[in-house]
Parts: sequence; structure tokens; C-alpha cells
Amino acid sequence: MIRRAGLISFVMLLLAVPLFPSFYLTMGSYIGLYSIVAIGLVLLTGVTGLTSFGQAAFMGLGAYTSAVLTTQFSWSPWLTLLIALALTIIIAFILGAITLRMGGHYLPLATIAWGISLYFLFGTIPILGGSNGIVDINALQLFGIELRDEHIYYYLIWGVCLVALWISNNLLDSREGRAVRALKGGVSMVEAFGASGLRLKNIIFIYSAVLACLAGWLYAHMQRFVNPSPFGLNQGIEFLFMITIGGAFSLWGAITGAAVITLLKTVLQGILPKLISQSGNFEIIVFGIMIVVVLQWMRGGIWAFVEKLLPSKPDRPIGNSPELAMRIQPERGSKLLRVDDVTKAYGGLMAVKNMSFEVSTGEIVGLIGPNGAGKSTMFNLISGELPRTQGNIHFGAHAISGLHPSHIARLGLSRTFQHVRLIPGMTTLENVMIGAYLRTHDGIFSACLRLNRGSDERVRAEAAKQLRRVGLEESMFVPAGTLSLGKQRVVEIARALCADPLLLLLDEPAAGLRYLEKKELAALLSDLRSEGLSVLIVEHDMEFLMNLVDRFVVMEFGEKLAEGMPHEIRSNPAVLEAYLGGI
Amino acid sequence: MDFQTILILAQDAITNSAIYALLALALILVFGVTRVIFVAQGEFVSYGALTLASLQTGVMPGTVWLLLILAFIAACMETARLLVSGARHKLPGALATILAPPLAIAALVKICTPLHLHLGWQLILTMLIVIPLGPLIYRVAFRPLADATVLVLLIAAVAVHFVLVGLGLLFFGAEGVRTPPFSDAQFTFANLNVSGQSLCVYATTIVFVAIMAWFFNKTLYGKALRAVAFNRNGARLVGITPHLAGTFSFALASAIGCLSGLLIGPITTLYYDSGFLIGLKGFVGAIVGGMASYPIAAAGALMVGFSESFSSFWLSGYKDVVVFTMIIPVLLWRSLTTAHYEEEE
Repeated sequence: MIRRAGLISFVMLLLAVPLFPSFYLTMGSYIGLYSIVAIGLVLLTGVTGLTSFGQAAFMGLGAYTSAVLTTQFSWSPWLTLLIALALTIIIAFILGAITLRMGGHYLPLATIAWGISLYFLFGTIPILGGSNGIVDINALQLFGIELRDEHIYYYLIWGVCLVALWISNNLLDSREGRAVRALKGGVSMVEAFGASGLRLKNIIFIYSAVLACLAGWLYAHMQRFVNPSPFGLNQGIEFLFMITIGGAFSLWGAITGAAVITLLKTVLQGILPKLISQSGNFEIIVFGIMIVVVLQWMRGGIWAFVEKLLPSKPDRPIGNSPELAMRIQPERGSKLLRVDDVTKAYGGLMAVKNMSFEVSTGEIVGLIGPNGAGKSTMFNLISGELPRTQGNIHFGAHAISGLHPSHIARLGLSRTFQHVRLIPGMTTLENVMIGAYLRTHDGIFSACLRLNRGSDERVRAEAAKQLRRVGLEESMFVPAGTLSLGKQRVVEIARALCADPLLLLLDEPAAGLRYLEKKELAALLSDLRSEGLSVLIVEHDMEFLMNLVDRFVVMEFGEKLAEGMPHEIRSNPAVLEAYLGGI
Repeated sequence: MDFQTILILAQDAITNSAIYALLALALILVFGVTRVIFVAQGEFVSYGALTLASLQTGVMPGTVWLLLILAFIAACMETARLLVSGARHKLPGALATILAPPLAIAALVKICTPLHLHLGWQLILTMLIVIPLGPLIYRVAFRPLADATVLVLLIAAVAVHFVLVGLGLLFFGAEGVRTPPFSDAQFTFANLNVSGQSLCVYATTIVFVAIMAWFFNKTLYGKALRAVAFNRNGARLVGITPHLAGTFSFALASAIGCLSGLLIGPITTLYYDSGFLIGLKGFVGAIVGGMASYPIAAAGALMVGFSESFSSFWLSGYKDVVVFTMIIPVLLWRSLTTAHYEEEE
């Protein structure tokens, strides 16, 4: 209710600005333009955990491309927009492709360099008018009307800004968007469910660059004059300051920050030179100090405070959507996973040596062994996170050794993590929905335009079903970070089930669980088995496994020590020796 | 282009490369120890030259005020920290170590400024003013963020850059300065004029690199710093405090920055905002070295110096474009040679 009232008063304020003197109108237009850039930067920085100092340069690319082509060759601004966007996409793609494979700080460093280079190019290339810039740029024409009037242009800018806001919001609430939001916790989790971290990061970088380019194009045809100075590195840094102050974790933070910095800059530029009786951009001192203070004391920016004051969003009930298509489990007893003479060596150290075992459909196999036996390494070799040194792993009819984890996930292998990898800020339901990444196929465009509603509702219903199945229905709408560690492990299982796997790989699922929770987990796993699912569990807790698994594989020092039914393992002298040190 | 021109350009390139190499070394050390990508390091270059210029004209440099203000803020923060953690008895000692040196330096500068001392003394005074700024900036801006991500620390570093550039304009005005050379000597080798100042640059770089090599390889404290850069948590476990290491690395950064400013002040005109670009060129060198390898970074600095100097001959207007665009192929090369995917922290 209050949220809706806030939104309405925000729109009313936007509509009312043109009634004030033209100074406010100009301010309003600038805030709108900067908001468009800042929205993209929120997605890149606050959501994805990357950043760019080159957004002003992308803005300049949009502005200059259109300025040159419309003045020199009298092309239509609408055509030049397409060209500017194409250029932006190419450059952002190259920058991303080069830097995103390496650590997270290489992208900002590359964008600093790109920002400086482009700025100097604007100032030096003769056709771009040098430091004097390009004048007499055409106004935009829409349905034969020239958009010269400042009022109309103001509405145009804010129209674009609100559409950008809507699209970005849609994107975040989609299959790809949830995967993007999960990237900050590292790429291995999303890749285990079939997404490509590199691709998603590059898409978001290109998306933010496209928004900046669009803002630059709007800027050129608003001012009808461009010169290099608004597209320098300092402006690129100011965009980053906007979202830091406004709040990098929310799209509304982008608009808040754009408004605060733009207004504050105007005020400070009026006051400070008089105060100091010297001319110069002294507002940067104030901005710099503000940023350090914000980072030290309120990392979520202004919007985090606003968010705290607002009532929480009402939980949208789960709809009654048709169920997602499911895989057909292979016939019970058929060979599902075959590990064949697999070795993993780190230099001279053999973490896993000549391991061979099989898992059949519909059985639960426990992979056990003392600390340091190589169980988790074996686990990661199967899931594809580590490359094997020798040997073969087959999953059904496919050889999976050497495949990327996302590819293995596609074949129907689903896993949990020993160190829980949930996104603490997302709700439990959203976390589980990530598991179904491969079960729907809506791309970025349909997500942006909200064409994915139907299939997204089905994913939501599926995630709710899995949470109900593991007994966490009541925690569906709370942030996953607020659950106890034991419950978080169970959420991981629900997420893995949401992928509709053929084989479930569980890495120490009972660690940190209480006695009753362990009993419930064991009951759940045996239910799954009776539905035909196959499970491979890496575990310490013998007691938990003893009455649950069909077969044990015991490892010690990277090698297979024994294999057999629970009662055989219980009385196997070699296993007793390894576990208890010999009696 | 004749041989003579090549020699002159090469000499120019080597002089600049020496400075970029020094800056790159400091950047890598600071990044390794604190994870801060310290883009504001170049500001110490301007501060060094401009502070010396103020002392030359007998004016109290504005950087002294910055020193006092930072010391005051650091003292307040330290007081709050000690009171909260209940270590009240440590307060007098802590405040004395933070406040006493800056106050003593300020007093010394106040006394010495009107005396028009010999250049050597003024150089020492300049270093005394500028070097403590590094550790104080670390204490005030970065230490409270010690647990933040590289990204947050980078944003903070950019914020510090803004503050320092703005203050540079406030303290020194928009005019550029050229400081007096350490030596007026001119030497001629095979038709090539070499100024005494260039020789000073080479000598200082070699001496500094040698001292650093000795320090990091031979002394216990140097080894400890390398340990922190290699593995912060491991170093903490064996009793090396990261804060002390951070303080030291920032001191080294401001020292190298200030020294670089004093060395090139006589060769090029420096403005309040010139340092940033010089620092970034050191950065390109550091990136060539993957922010980790000192020798490769030094080679990268040479590459920057040479491409800058030769492109200024062929395409004078595009000098900076060439230097900063060079980073793209370098990153491509690094990306292709970095086999594994680096996971974010």
C-alpha cells in the first residue's frame, strides 16, 4: 500500500516538474539521463559484482556516433541510434570477452583505459571537432514533429528511463536474472545448474553499455551540441558514485543516486567557489569524502535506508500452473554412472588413484572414507568441477569426463555443495528456482519484455513443490540467509531436485543437522529412491547412512578400499582398520 | 628518423620508464598486501613537486594542513576504536604515535619555510610532509574497509583520488610548476646530451630497486610483507598483522610517488592533476605484470615508456591513446595465458 503510494507520488512528481521554472526542467532531464546510465551500472555493480568506469565513454560513443553521422552525412538520428548501439555492443563484447575470464578487477581497469583513450580520441580526431566539439546537431523527429521543445524532451527522457527500469526489473525476475543475481557468490553454483557464468557476465556488461549509449544519444539530440568533456573518466567515476550513494543493490538506488549527485553538484558548484574564492571543481572533494563515509558506514547507500522504512512486499501466492515436463527415469537397475579407473594427480600427489565404481538407477550409494581420503575430489571429478588426470567417467551413454559442469548438468546430474552455496539475499523460493534453470528456455529478450510469465510461474510452482517435499514450505518467502545451516542444506537438496535430475550428488548433506532432521532427511531420500531416483552421497556419518544406502564405496588415501552392502562393510576388517585405527 | 632522434627518444623513454617502473612496483606491493588498487598513488607525484615548489617560494605548502587534518581524523578514529574495544589504557600511546610526528613536522616546516634553505634540505622537508600522508590515508580511508571486496576498495581508492585532486587544486592552484634540478650538469656521450637530472633519475631508480630487493629478500620484515602479499590469512595466523603491513605498503607508495615527483619535476611541468595520468601509466606496467610480478611489471613500464616516447614523435596527438589502448592487447594476452578461471572472493 505504502509502496504503491510512493510509486504514484514519484510519477506525480515527474509529471509536475515541467510546471516549475525551466531550471528545474533541465535538472529533471539530466537526472533522467543519468538514471538511465546508473540503472545499467546497478545491474553490473550491485547485482553482478563487476564494475565499469567506462560508462561515460559508452555515453560518448552514442553521442558522437550520432553527432558525426547526422551532421556530416545527414543520416536520420534513428538510423544512427542503431549504428551507435551496434558499435557499443561490439566494443563491450570485446572488452568483456578479454577481461571477464580473469579476476573481477580487470574489467574496471580495462574500462579506465578505454575511457581515457576514447576521451583523448574525441579531443584529437579532426572530424570529431577536437575540443570544440560538434555543433548544430539535428533535433529528433517523431511522426514528423521536431522534438525541440524542452518539455517534450523531458517526457521522452523519462519515458525511456521508466522503460529501462521496467525492463531491468523484468530481467532480474527471470530465469537468466536469477542466475545473474547468483553470480556474486562465484560462478560454480550457477554452472552446476547449467548456466554459463561468463556469458551472463558479458550479457550484463553489454546491457549496461547499451543503456549508457542510449543515454548518450538522447543527450546529443537534447543539447544538439557535443564536446569531449562530459564523457571523460571523471564522469564515468561520478556514475559509480551515484549508485554507491543511492544504493547499488536496488534499481531505485540508481535514480536516487542520480538525483542526489546531480542536485548536490549544482548546489556545491554554486557555493564552494564563493566560499573558497577560487574557481574549480571543488565538489569532487565533497563527493570523494561522502563515498568513503558511505562505504564505511552504510554500504547499501540511501536506498537501503528507504527500503528498511518501507513495509515488506506482500508474498505473491503460488499459482496453479501446469507442471513442468519431467525426464523419464531409466529402467531400475540399469547402469547410470560408471567411474572407470579414474586418477587425479596434483603434481606427484595422487588425490584420487585408479578409482572404479558404478551407480545403478534407483539405488543410493554412499561414498565414505576417513578425512582426506579423496571423497570430495572424487565428487568434483564426477560433477566436472575438476579435470581428471586419467580414466573415464560415463553417465548413461555419455562420456562426461572432460565436459564442463554446465554440460554435465544438462545430461541430468544435479548436485549440492559441501559449503552451502545459497544466495543469502534471495528468498528460499528464488534460490530453489535457480535449480530449474535448464527446464525452461526463455531468453534475455522475452524476459525483458515479460513474455516469460507463463513458464516462470510454472518454475515457481515447481520450486514450491520441491520445498513442500523437503518440508520447508513455511520458509518459502524468507531470505535464505536467515535459515539455520541445517535447513540451508535441505534447501540445497530442494534446489538440486528442482533440476529434475537422473542422479543426485549430495556432498555431506547431514553435516550440521540435528538428530531429528537427519531422520527426516533419510526418509526423504528413501522416498526419492522409491520414485526411481538415483543418489550418490559423500558422507562422514556412518550411522546416518547405514540404514539408508544400498551399497557403500569406501575410499582411503585416494584409492578404493572396499565396496559392498552395508552389513559387509560393517564387518570388513580393512574398513574398521581405516576408520577406527585397528582394534 | 635518424639515429640521433632515436637516441634522444630512447633516452626520454628510459627516463620516463624508470618512473613508471617505480610506481608500478609500489602499486603491486599495495595491491598484494591490502588488495587496494590504489589509483590515487599518482597524486603523490604532483604533491611532491608542488610541495617543493611552495617551499621554494617561501610559502607554507597546503599539504601540511592535509597532514594535520588527516592526523586529527585518524586520532579520532583510533580513540573511538580503542574506547569501543575497551583498551583505554592504550589510548595515550596510540594518540602520541599518530599525532606527534605530524605536529613535529608541521612545526619544523613552519620554522624552516622562511629560511630559504638549500635545495637538499627542502627535498627532505618535502618528503617529510608527503610520505606520512600515505599511511594516514590508509588509516582513515582503507583500514576500516579491510574486509571489503576488491571492488569496494577500488571505489574507495577512486574516491580518495577525487579528494586528493580537489585538494591539490585548492592548495596549489591551477598553475603548473617546474622544480629546480638536483644537478645542472650536462654530459655528452657520442653526440648525445644527457642531463644530470636524467642521471639522477636512473641512479635513484637503481638504488631504490636494489634497496627494495635487499629488503624483501634479506630482511625478516620484508619477508613478512611478502608473506602477507602471498597469503593474508596465513600470514595473520603466524602473527604478522595485516594493518602494520598495510601501513608500511602505503608509506612505500607515498614515498615512491613523492620521490618520482621530485625526480621528474625539473623535466616536465607538473600541474595539480598531472600525477593521476602518470600513476595510471605506472598501472599499465603493473597490469602487464598481472598485478603480481615485479620484474614483468618493470618490463611493462619500459614498454609504456618507449611506446609513449616514440608515438609522441610519430603521432603526437595520440600519445596517450596509444599508451592506454595498449592495455587491451596486453589483457588479451593475459586472458589467453591465464589457464584457469579465477573465482571471485
